[in-house]
Amino acid sequence: MNLTLKIWRQKNAKTKGKFESFKLNDISPEASFLEMLDILNQQLIDEGKEPVAFDHDCREGICGTCGLYINGRPHGPERGVTTCQLHMRKFKDGDTIVIEPWRAKAFPIVRDLVVDRSAFDLIMQAGGFVSVNTGNAPDANSSPIPKLDADRAFEAAACIGCGACVAACKNASAMLYVSAKVSHLALLPQGKVEAAERVQKMVAKMDELGFGNCTNTYACEFECPKNISVSNIARMNREFLSAKLFAEKPSPIDMGD
Amino acid sequence: MSLAGLFLITFLLVHLGLNLTLLFDKSREVFNLAAHFMATNPLIKVFEVILFGGILIHIFWGITLFFQNRAARPQQYYVSNNSQQSVFSKYMIHTGVIILAFLVLHLMDFWFKAKFIGGMPEVSIDGKTYEDMGLLVVEKFKSPIFSAIYVGFLLLLGFHLDHAFQSALQSVGLNHSKYTPFFKAFSRILAIVITVGFIAIPVVVYFTFPS
Repeated sequence: MNLTLKIWRQKNAKTKGKFESFKLNDISPEASFLEMLDILNQQLIDEGKEPVAFDHDCREGICGTCGLYINGRPHGPERGVTTCQLHMRKFKDGDTIVIEPWRAKAFPIVRDLVVDRSAFDLIMQAGGFVSVNTGNAPDANSSPIPKLDADRAFEAAACIGCGACVAACKNASAMLYVSAKVSHLALLPQGKVEAAERVQKMVAKMDELGFGNCTNTYACEFECPKNISVSNIARMNREFLSAKLFAEKPSPIDMGD
Repeated sequence: MSLAGLFLITFLLVHLGLNLTLLFDKSREVFNLAAHFMATNPLIKVFEVILFGGILIHIFWGITLFFQNRAARPQQYYVSNNSQQSVFSKYMIHTGVIILAFLVLHLMDFWFKAKFIGGMPEVSIDGKTYEDMGLLVVEKFKSPIFSAIYVGFLLLLGFHLDHAFQSALQSVGLNHSKYTPFFKAFSRILAIVITVGFIAIPVVVYFTFPS
């Protein structure tokens, strides 16, 4: 395959970026998208030029590190896969492919196609955990959990935190990510204890970091490589509303006074 | 946003119900009595204030969300968003602003005129004199330009409503594998009923009412 690539180049968060075009010939349709970029970078290194910076790690679709905005869609044209699992057979010979980084205020560009997603870590630090050690994996069925709840929790826990939801959303909202993290803990007994506190802290952090608001366009669900459902967002809204409405105020004794 | 929106939908339904009486009662008696009731009943007067409050809250949050969301992505994509998404949800602020402009025009034409400007035609029902609001409506809709403008704006209202109901439910957390598909269908039917119902009034008046 012969391709024309238009790739966003930017030295760091402070400088202005611009597109640079590259011609790439004889790419195998069997190559993955990242292998195609590896070939481009080898070519650039051979020519003594600066290779294109992009994020990647496991290359098997489970780590959430890769993420490119390809022809107007996060992770490219295929549904339910990450960029590393996208293959060149999804493109046609002679195609022009436009590659941009995730664009959001909360995800500043580090270099070229690499963005800083530590905002997601900060949201997790705000409440995405269980405060006590819950021990080793318990014996099966020692705490009865309805199968459906376990399934919903597992589906939410499949979130790899790649940020495609933020990239896809016209508002750069992180609601799908945060709701998946809220949901997988709130659905299980170990996480339920702190559910009300957790959802308020995580939502407050999300707002503070400058993510946009959810206007229910559902683009996030469509682009999520792990097919996380927007029903998680409704669950988070529900948890958040009931926490705001019904959570008791801490008594002076609880506050340590 | 969502709660104010849901409230405005209930208002639209009441408004539609009253207006449709014009089509089924050519003497306009029911409509004029209803208009009189809506203008004078003390409980309705309270609701009038709540209604304007609801509209203002809806506008305030709509504009706030628009600016917050724009700020969340200072640098736009060059190849813009090709993700599949519910179409009209992308343009709520655009349809919303146009509907607001229409609302001002609409209030000037009817509510403002009846309330503050005066010079309303009058009609006598059972020996009592009422303002003939129905005649005002019919006369306005005999103008083809006026009717066409109304139909155009009502279509935009329909696009706005297509996203509205199901989105509001999602925002307040009402999502259920059993009921959400039903509510999504219901939401679209609601949008179509309200839009077609309101559009029917100028169309029927223009084509079938004697001048």
